[in-house]
Amino acid sequence: MAVGEPRRVGYLYALPALLVYAAFLLFPLLHGGWLSLFKWDGLSLGTFTGFSNYGDMFAEEGALAAFGHVGVLILFFSVLPVCIGLVLATALHRVRIRGLPFFRTVLFLPQVIAMVVVAVAWQRIFAPDGALNFLLGTEGKAWLGDSSTALLAVGIVGTWVQTGLAMVLFLGGIGKVSADLFDAARLDGAGPAGEFRSVILPALRGEIGVALTLTVIAALRTFDLVYMMTPLGGPGGSTTVPAYEIYQRAFHTGQVGSAAAIGVVITVLAFLVTYVITRITGRERV
Amino acid sequence: MIVAVAALLAACAPGSDNKPAQQPAGQVRKDVGALGDVTLTIWDQETRPAQEAQIKALNAQFQSKYPNIRLNRVGRSFDDLRSTIKLGLTANDAPDVAQVNNGKQDMGAFVKAGLLRPMDPYAEAYGWNQRFPEFVRKLASYPDSGDSLGEGKLYGVPQTGELVGIWYNKAKLSQLGVQPPKTWDEFDAALAKAKTAGQLPIQVGNLEKSSGPLLYALAMHRFGNPADETELATGRADANWKTEPNRQAARQVADWVDKGYLTPGFAGLKGDDATEKFGKGEGVFHVNGTWSLAALKAAMADNVGFVLPPGGTVTGGTGLPWAVSSKSKNPDAAAAYIDFITSPDAMRTVASSGNLPVVKAGDQAGTGPERDVLDKWQEASASRKLVPYLDYATPNAYEVVSNSVEQLMAKQLDVEAFLGKLQADLESSRGGR
Repeated sequence: MAVGEPRRVGYLYALPALLVYAAFLLFPLLHGGWLSLFKWDGLSLGTFTGFSNYGDMFAEEGALAAFGHVGVLILFFSVLPVCIGLVLATALHRVRIRGLPFFRTVLFLPQVIAMVVVAVAWQRIFAPDGALNFLLGTEGKAWLGDSSTALLAVGIVGTWVQTGLAMVLFLGGIGKVSADLFDAARLDGAGPAGEFRSVILPALRGEIGVALTLTVIAALRTFDLVYMMTPLGGPGGSTTVPAYEIYQRAFHTGQVGSAAAIGVVITVLAFLVTYVITRITGRERV
Repeated sequence: MIVAVAALLAACAPGSDNKPAQQPAGQVRKDVGALGDVTLTIWDQETRPAQEAQIKALNAQFQSKYPNIRLNRVGRSFDDLRSTIKLGLTANDAPDVAQVNNGKQDMGAFVKAGLLRPMDPYAEAYGWNQRFPEFVRKLASYPDSGDSLGEGKLYGVPQTGELVGIWYNKAKLSQLGVQPPKTWDEFDAALAKAKTAGQLPIQVGNLEKSSGPLLYALAMHRFGNPADETELATGRADANWKTEPNRQAARQVADWVDKGYLTPGFAGLKGDDATEKFGKGEGVFHVNGTWSLAALKAAMADNVGFVLPPGGTVTGGTGLPWAVSSKSKNPDAAAAYIDFITSPDAMRTVASSGNLPVVKAGDQAGTGPERDVLDKWQEASASRKLVPYLDYATPNAYEVVSNSVEQLMAKQLDVEAFLGKLQADLESSRGGR
């Protein structure tokens, strides 16, 4: 801030954005929190029930299972893509291949496609007469219709979508590392593994933090993929996720309060996860 | 302090207890031309090609007959309409006319909240009680409490009908040397013959879990009777899932799975994809609704036929009933519109656009599979053997039935556990909610 300009003027600059933020984010968030304290069917008068919606959530199988499933999805949406992204970025950086922009674009492409399209395409691949069964010679296997494989199948698609994002972030990060550092590491006799450990990994701390934050939040709010690929919560309810439960309760079974409570919990979880990730990975604020 | 907080909470509770004020019933005005300039806002889900064609044609006819009424049509897909109608009806500028899903969680809940206008005075004035068979009117009737479909006041009337019967591939049946099944033994024999001949007996895809319940209902028709099935479907007080016919029906479905009569990997196949495969000649039978007529006719021309399940008991329903919002300022014009689009003249437009008209189906022109469908609906809708879908028993019935049948077919639930789940849903909804 310029010297002499009073602090109040600074707030004035932020005011328009703050108003929009308050109207479209803060107010709905608080209103959602307020609704979560009621038992309300969305039509008739709601009754105030305090925190019982939250209590019920932890006593109820359906909601707990949904949170469990999202835990599995975090592995597929976040941990795996970051690991694979690191390997790919390192490889693409070390091996100077021709047409790098091409490969980068292709790997990033899943991010660009609408999730609904991704879901429909993969549904065809996983179909009993689809490409996967053709490749494996297991014609007639219902990957999405079997409670032991459905969540796994959805998870794999998540990995496919998120890997490109992680890789592009990491490639950018590696690009910023000065070539001297790599030379120095090589002079010291570091092999590819040593170089990865002592140069790339520390340099990418910030990027890893960003990638983890983005992908974990994507996992927490997964809806479209699950809703499209495995309708009605999947075989035996094996792919229900909190966002699906919110939709189902708010729009179909008339449990608006319970839906709002799940929404609040997911929001708090997202805050916590983001906070922890930033604390671990950010030396400086990212 | 506590009192103040409590008062504050009560004041800020979401929703409202006040039912919208309605115009007094009794003075129905049928002279639409004399109603003056009126704009009717209409929310419908007639968005598939055949539906869109009929509603656009009828709206144009209505408009030219009554130039003083302006129609403001808002078309949305079924899912979109279902997700937005609750907000629409509670808003101050609620639509005058809307298509409302028959179920308890939709029409039932709206009736309970006083958002829909009882149509009985209009039914009287326009002769709807004679126009529509009892089955059709019952599917849009609720008492004020909104908790039992098929009783109380009439809240809307539909334009179309639908049946879930057995589609069959004519060429394949004659290759196997069998006739379209008239008895359950003949159906069993045809399935066994198809399997032995290396054909797929029943084409089915249950990824969305909507085809499974149709198969289970078919099996229920074999062992149950229409009266008991209707009680279960609509959640009557004395309905009970744990009966011998229901056990036999569950065993029947499991048996079809065990014998390999269903499409390999049916649990991962989409329903529409199964219909498409049947259209391409994969499968001898396909248990599905009359809504597949257009797709199957396009794929198979006259090589496809449609029969009611042996015994004649059949699952069916109507298109979404057209209802009038309590908040409509012009209920007379709204009712006149609904009367117009469900009149015998309108039924011709409905049919010629490729839909199954709810009344006068037998009078409509049509050949091949279309003839089958028109005549079977005419036959079934007037009979006492038409049973509603299993969705109407409880607010969660659709999800519970779909999920339970899916698990029965996946062998995750045995017969007793399967019926136990259905019974538990029935009982929990009786306990309150």
